[in-house]
Amino acid sequence: MAKTTYLMAIGEAMREEMERDPSVFILGEDVANNLYGSTSNFVEDFGKERVRNTPISEGAIAGAATGAAMAGMRPIADFNIAPFMYVAMDQIVSMTAKSTYIYGGQTKVPVVMRAVMLYGNGNAAQHSDRPYPTFMTVPGLKIIAPSSAYDVKGMLKSAIRDDDPVLCFEDGNCWFTAEDLPDEEYLVPLGVADVKREGTDVTVVGIAGAVPQALAAAELLAEEGVSVEVVDPRTLAPMDTDTILASVEKTGRLVVADPAHEVCSAASQIAAVVAEHGFWHLQAPIVRVTTPQIHIPFAPPLEAPLFPSSERIAAAVRSVLE
Amino acid sequence: MALSPEVLAEMYRRMLRIRLFEESAQALKTEGVIPGSIHLSIGQEAEIVGACMAVERRDYMLGNHRSHGHPIGKGAALAPLMAELLGRRTGVNQGKGGSMHLADFSVGSLGESSIVGSGIPVAAGAALAAQLRGEDRVCLCFFGDGASNEGMFHEGLNLAAIWHLPVIYLCENNGYGATTSAREVVAVTDIADRAAGYGIPGEIVDGQDVVAVHEVVTRAVERARRGEGPTLVEAKTYRYDNHAFGLHIENYRTTEEREQWLRRDPIPLLRDRLVADGVLSDDAAKTVEDEARAEVAAAVDFARTSPFPEPAEAFDHLFTVPLPARTAG
Ligand SMILES: Cc1ncc(C[n+]2csc(CCOP(=O)(O)OP(=O)(O)O)c2C)c(N)n1
Ligand SMILES: [Mg+2]
Repeated sequence: MAKTTYLMAIGEAMREEMERDPSVFILGEDVANNLYGSTSNFVEDFGKERVRNTPISEGAIAGAATGAAMAGMRPIADFNIAPFMYVAMDQIVSMTAKSTYIYGGQTKVPVVMRAVMLYGNGNAAQHSDRPYPTFMTVPGLKIIAPSSAYDVKGMLKSAIRDDDPVLCFEDGNCWFTAEDLPDEEYLVPLGVADVKREGTDVTVVGIAGAVPQALAAAELLAEEGVSVEVVDPRTLAPMDTDTILASVEKTGRLVVADPAHEVCSAASQIAAVVAEHGFWHLQAPIVRVTTPQIHIPFAPPLEAPLFPSSERIAAAVRSVLE
Repeated sequence: MALSPEVLAEMYRRMLRIRLFEESAQALKTEGVIPGSIHLSIGQEAEIVGACMAVERRDYMLGNHRSHGHPIGKGAALAPLMAELLGRRTGVNQGKGGSMHLADFSVGSLGESSIVGSGIPVAAGAALAAQLRGEDRVCLCFFGDGASNEGMFHEGLNLAAIWHLPVIYLCENNGYGATTSAREVVAVTDIADRAAGYGIPGEIVDGQDVVAVHEVVTRAVERARRGEGPTLVEAKTYRYDNHAFGLHIENYRTTEEREQWLRRDPIPLLRDRLVADGVLSDDAAKTVEDEARAEVAAAVDFARTSPFPEPAEAFDHLFTVPLPARTAG
C-alpha cells in the first residue's frame, strides 16, 4: 500500500465525492491547471464544467458558490491561500453563514470553502495568516482544520456531504506528511475531536499544523518521564469541547498549541471553555502557545521562532508541571 | 407581442398589492408594531411587477433591503410577508429576517439581502446551478443604483458574462442611494452603459411603465433561456418616500423633482391606460382595488393575531444539520 500525502488525500477526497455525486463541482482560481496540487488530472476526468477556473474574484467565488449551493449544487470553492478569503469576507459572513438562519430555515447552503495556510517559506505577512479564529466568531459556519492525511480525507468527504457551509483550513506544513490510508472508503465525522496520543500528566490541545509539533513534543517529554496526552479538536466550530474537558479532568493540566495569532485564537476559546467548565480539575494555570501578536515577517530567522514548535510546546508543558 | 387582458389585469393587481401593502406597513410602523427599519417600494411598483411577471415561478429571484415588493411581484402570499414585518412566528422567515430580508423561497426567491450589492454574485451562482443541471431556469436579480458602485457588481457581472449565465440583472435606478444622488457618485449617466465593460447588453427602460419593463425584461429572459448570457437592465424610477421610513431628510432632492415623478405615478398611469384601452372597465378596476384592499387587510389581521416566536427559537435554523451538542461551543 503506497503512502498517501496530506495533499494527495485532499485530491482523493474531492475525486471520490465528485465520482459519487454529480452535484459536486470545484470552482476557484487556477483549479483547472492544478496550481496547488490537489486537482491533478481533474479536468481530464471531470471536464472543465465541473473543474471551473474563475477570474481572480474571491467575492464572486464565495457568492457564486453560495448561490449554487442554495440552488441545489454542492460546490467546493478553492480560495487558494487562506488570507485571500478576506476579499470575500462579506459574502462568506453575510451570505454563506447567514442565509439558512436569516431565512428561517427556508434554504440550506451545502458549500465547502477550502484554503491552505502557508508557513515558514518567507511568504510574509499578507500570505501567512491563519484566519480560522476570525471565522470562528461567525455563527453558522462549520470550520475544520485537519492535521493528518487520514483526517483531511475523511473530514473533507464529510464536509462535502454536509448540508451546511464548511470552511476547511488546510495546513501547508502537513502537505507532505504521508501515511497509509485505508483502501476502502471511510469518513471522519465533523464535530468529533481525536485523542492523537494518550497520556496522564498534561493535556496538549493542538490545532492544525501544531498537532504534529505537539506529538513531537510528547515524544521528547516521554524521554523526560512526562506523559502527555495530545488532543486534536479537528473541527474548530462547533468544537467538541467535551473531549478536551474529559482529557483535562484526567490530567489536570492544559497547554494549547495554536498557529494562529494569540488574540482571540482558537487557543483563547479553548482556554476560556476549560477555565469556565474545567476550572476545578486544573492544577496549574492554562498556557497558550500561539503566534505572537505581530505580523508574520519575511526573513526566515524572524519567522521561524514565531511558530508553536515542538520546543516551545515542550517548554510550556514543563512550565505547567513546575 | 401584445399582452393579454388577463396579464394586464394581473399586473395592475400585483402593483396595487404592493402599494397597499406598503401603505399598511407605513401605518403599522407609525403605530410602532414593526421593529427595525423599513424601506418602501412606493413609486417603483411598475418596474418590480413588470420584471417579476416576465419570469416564471420556477425562476430564481434575489432582492435587497427594499424588497417588500419583489416577493409580491412574484406572486407570494401577503400574510406571511406581513407577519414577518411584525416579527411573528408565522412570518415567511419565522421572525428571523424582518423587512430587510423578506424572502419567500416558495416563489423562487433565494434571498432578499440587506448588504448593498451582496445578492449580485449569489445570483450568478444560482444561475450557474441551473446551467450545470441543464434546467430551464433563469435568475432575476434586483439591486439599486447605489449597489452598482459595489465591487460585487463588477465581480458578479463579469462572472455571469464569461460563463454566459442566465441572469437578468435589474438595476432599479431610483436616482439615489440613501441621500446621495447617483449623478454625484456614478461616473456614467446611464448605469446600463456599464454593461459594455462586461460585453453584455445594457438596456434602459422607463421604470414607471410596467408594460415597457415587461417587454425589455422578457427580451433579456429569452436571451438567457437561449444560453446567450446575462443582460443588465436599468429601470429609471423613483421612490416617493424617504430612503427609510421615518428618516426625515429631504434636502437632497427638490419638490419639483418629486412632483414631476408623482405625475408619472405608475399605478394611475396603468389604470388610466387599461380603462382607456378597454382592457378593464371602471367597475372591473374597482373590483381589483377592493380585492387587493381586502387581501392586505386580511394579511394585517393575520400578522397582528400571530404569536411571536418563543425566545428559545432564536437557536433554531443556525445549521441545517447541527453537530452533536457539547458543554460549550
Ligand atoms: C454594504 C452596505 N453599505 C451601506 C449600507 C447602508 N445602506 C442601506 S440602503 C443604502 C442605499 C442603497 O442604495 P441603492 O442601491 O440605490 O438602493 P435604494 O435604497 O435606492 O433602493 C445604503 C447606503 C448597507 N446596507 N450595506
Ligand atoms: Mg437607489
